[in-house]
Amino acid sequence: MTNTEARLDQIRGPVPPRPHNARTIAALTSNPACVRRAILDAAGVDKAKLAAALGLPAPFGQSRFAITRGNAFEQQVKANGCAELLRLLREQLGLPIPEVSYDDLEEVAGNPGLPMRHARTRQLLTRAADSGDDAGTLFDHPLLCLEVGGRLAYLEPDLIAFRLRGKFHVVEIKSFAAIDGQADPDKVAAAAIQSAVYVLALRQLLADSGHAADLVADEVFLVCPENFANRPTAAVLDVRKQLTVLRRQLSRLAFIAELVEALPPDICLDLEPDAAGVARRPAAELAGALHVLPPRYMPECLASCEMCRYCRDGARAETAALGRAVREDLGGVDYVETALQLAAGELTAGGGEEDAAALLRTAERLRLECLQAAQFPAPDFRGSHESLAAPQSLETTA
Amino acid sequence: MSTLTALARAQAWSAGTAQRVALVRHVHLAERPLVFVPLALAGEASAPLATMVGDDPDSPRLLVVSQPRNRDQRFAFVAELADVMVSYMEGFCSVAEEVAAGRDETRPRFVNAPQVVVPNQAAIGFVRLLGRSTRFRRTTGEFAVGPAVPVLGRWLTYLAERTEHPGSCLLLAATEALSRHWASGQSELEDLNLAALMGWIDPPPGMTGEEAAAAAEDPVLSPPAGPATDPGFDNEVLESLIEACSRADGDAAASSRAVAALERALAGQLVPTWRLVWRALELLRALPEGASVARRWEGDRDSFTGYAAYLRDTGLPQPRRDGAVAAARRLDWLERAQASYAAERAFDDPLAMAEYRMTGEAFAGLVVKAEPDRLDHSGKRRKLRPLIMVETTDPVRAEVGTVMTAVTRQGQSARVVSISADSGDAMSAENGPEDGAEPAGMVRIVLELSGGMGRSLTAAPGSVPEVGEWLCYSSLTADYQRPWEFPPAEETPWTHGGPPQPYVPADEDAVEEWS
Repeated sequence: MTNTEARLDQIRGPVPPRPHNARTIAALTSNPACVRRAILDAAGVDKAKLAAALGLPAPFGQSRFAITRGNAFEQQVKANGCAELLRLLREQLGLPIPEVSYDDLEEVAGNPGLPMRHARTRQLLTRAADSGDDAGTLFDHPLLCLEVGGRLAYLEPDLIAFRLRGKFHVVEIKSFAAIDGQADPDKVAAAAIQSAVYVLALRQLLADSGHAADLVADEVFLVCPENFANRPTAAVLDVRKQLTVLRRQLSRLAFIAELVEALPPDICLDLEPDAAGVARRPAAELAGALHVLPPRYMPECLASCEMCRYCRDGARAETAALGRAVREDLGGVDYVETALQLAAGELTAGGGEEDAAALLRTAERLRLECLQAAQFPAPDFRGSHESLAAPQSLETTA
Repeated sequence: MSTLTALARAQAWSAGTAQRVALVRHVHLAERPLVFVPLALAGEASAPLATMVGDDPDSPRLLVVSQPRNRDQRFAFVAELADVMVSYMEGFCSVAEEVAAGRDETRPRFVNAPQVVVPNQAAIGFVRLLGRSTRFRRTTGEFAVGPAVPVLGRWLTYLAERTEHPGSCLLLAATEALSRHWASGQSELEDLNLAALMGWIDPPPGMTGEEAAAAAEDPVLSPPAGPATDPGFDNEVLESLIEACSRADGDAAASSRAVAALERALAGQLVPTWRLVWRALELLRALPEGASVARRWEGDRDSFTGYAAYLRDTGLPQPRRDGAVAAARRLDWLERAQASYAAERAFDDPLAMAEYRMTGEAFAGLVVKAEPDRLDHSGKRRKLRPLIMVETTDPVRAEVGTVMTAVTRQGQSARVVSISADSGDAMSAENGPEDGAEPAGMVRIVLELSGGMGRSLTAAPGSVPEVGEWLCYSSLTADYQRPWEFPPAEETPWTHGGPPQPYVPADEDAVEEWS
């Protein structure tokens, strides 16, 4: 075990690490500069539990209706050796698919352990890649593995690796509808980046046995319900761009070791209660430990990170908490109160922020002029956040 | 987003309450809007679960689908909804006025039009999908649905499409209408939550906006405004109630008890949002209406009149997709509408104009010199071309030669003659352009006026701004701009797929599954 891994284990405490999945790996691309998230994920800390222990649980939940519907759709597509899926690939994507065999990798002789399953997946997929025969094969429930921040993460996708004419394709089944050929762009984007994670993991698996990366196609097949029915439809997604983004982010995560080095030696986020059921680390202590992991909160975190409410609370005085665009429009000034003081001319701009200050003063003058002309009372912006007063000089915020 | 609204957000955060970003109301509010709060079943494309709908805040109509996956119940729900909505729409189709349409011709325009108000942008998406899933249905043959169902589908599709038209008010999302007038102290993403946004604008007594917004994020205290329901509610309440309804199928007494329980639970989720939407309308109504709002509403009435006539005469459902020419024409139309909407808003509202003053596309200041009798001798005939000098501290970025108009003198155009940042005897000497972009200092702009002063060589009284008058000049224009010319649909070039197949409703459209 390397020093970094030992440190990460220590941060997590004596609980098994929470495994990465395609969703969490994909999420790495949405806010890569957040050290807090990078460390928590690398250490395998259960962020949902942590946020709950801190009193600000994540606002995520999944409706059972959605889960049921998703499972039912997947089962329908995969029923009878993926008969429905094959029909789609033949008819809609025009693939000349011969007879196809179907291999389910879900369980290995009753042994569902992850390393066993991964070994089995590796064995079957490598053998298929070596054999060079043209027959189509569907591999259901392959268990893939990807190195994330120096650690192996098992990925258990509900996907199928489809080998056709010597090439592997990732098939992603999603239950959001494509209506008249169009699906929710956000959901398609999320599906694309998740599929890219699988493509990458498949490539790594085959590369280990000396196969070229292009053995796995960078076009994935997305299967989702058509219009308002349960009938599936298929589309081809090109995930080359997502692959580039992912590779870049994953290579950045190699710096986890450096990040960990810089941390004080004794931080620990152990969430397990002791034998008496009392949390070993009270919320205040946890918060103190988290404090050394600098977050980079932005409103987009609210959709993807379990820690979002806690980080939002900590970022309250920052302009970035109002949105990236707001921060830019306020001239890149970090703190709300600083921006307001610059706007009111109460603070003299220092090092390189003269332009921002001039912009803010003009904006303040125009707002006041308009509001006063309309006989609005001059708003009182001071008072409700005394305790969150910003640093007094700009130099300290730079 | 702009520095002005960003500053307003910062101020709102600091003050603990939302700040105005508009001095007047830019949306039309109908006397009798129809509020529509839909809820959908999670995981489905558009499975209606329940709705609260009506034009009277005190008596909403609650519609519930007790078995959301049952196709017949779904269409029964849509038929009931159609009962409310289609009759609301048709209620505006009786009284028309004649308006001029070209020379010596008139066309009818209904004196009023419907206005449907939903809580948020996602609800507009639901309206679009519900329209899409019902407009192709047939009222005869196999899979026949109630006669009002496909009509509702067409109206919903029409309303949803019309929201793309800048400034249209036939279908409004409350969050969007509020955001156009107030900046909250939270991010735009968080503003999508109606209760949180209303918390900033209209916090309950004793609470700051921030506290009210935080409370609004608790789905138990403040159920989401839909169409998506709270997953916790789904798992802990809704699932067992829906199961009870299925189990009681066939037993009339048990069934009505189960349905009543479901209705109570869903009403509990809907009522808070229902009240918030009406409260939002009340807040908006308290703002003075912008000068061009009525004109834009005329546009909405024209559009509504046109679609009502189409529905009466031809009545084919909207095709699944626009053809290339129709799509291009629509985009061109939307772009021009966007430009004139932006200009109108700026003319109506000094705070909206201030956005342009920030970027230097407009400036405002006092007239410090005026030569009302100046004549231009350069051409064959002498022309009356008064000069005025305006002093401003705005960051002017206009160039010499730019033609601008004043908000208060729109019939008169003003050409920039010179811009100087120093003291200026620029009135008679034609100074070259100088760097006028110095933001903090005083800038003097000399403008040459034409138009709106009568026909003689002396300006009509009051037609030339006098020294001491405050003026705001911009190069914005809300004038009619000619549409781009597009080929007829049957001459669509091959680059755009060639002439499209004319849309003919097909059987498969009508019998499409909805599960």
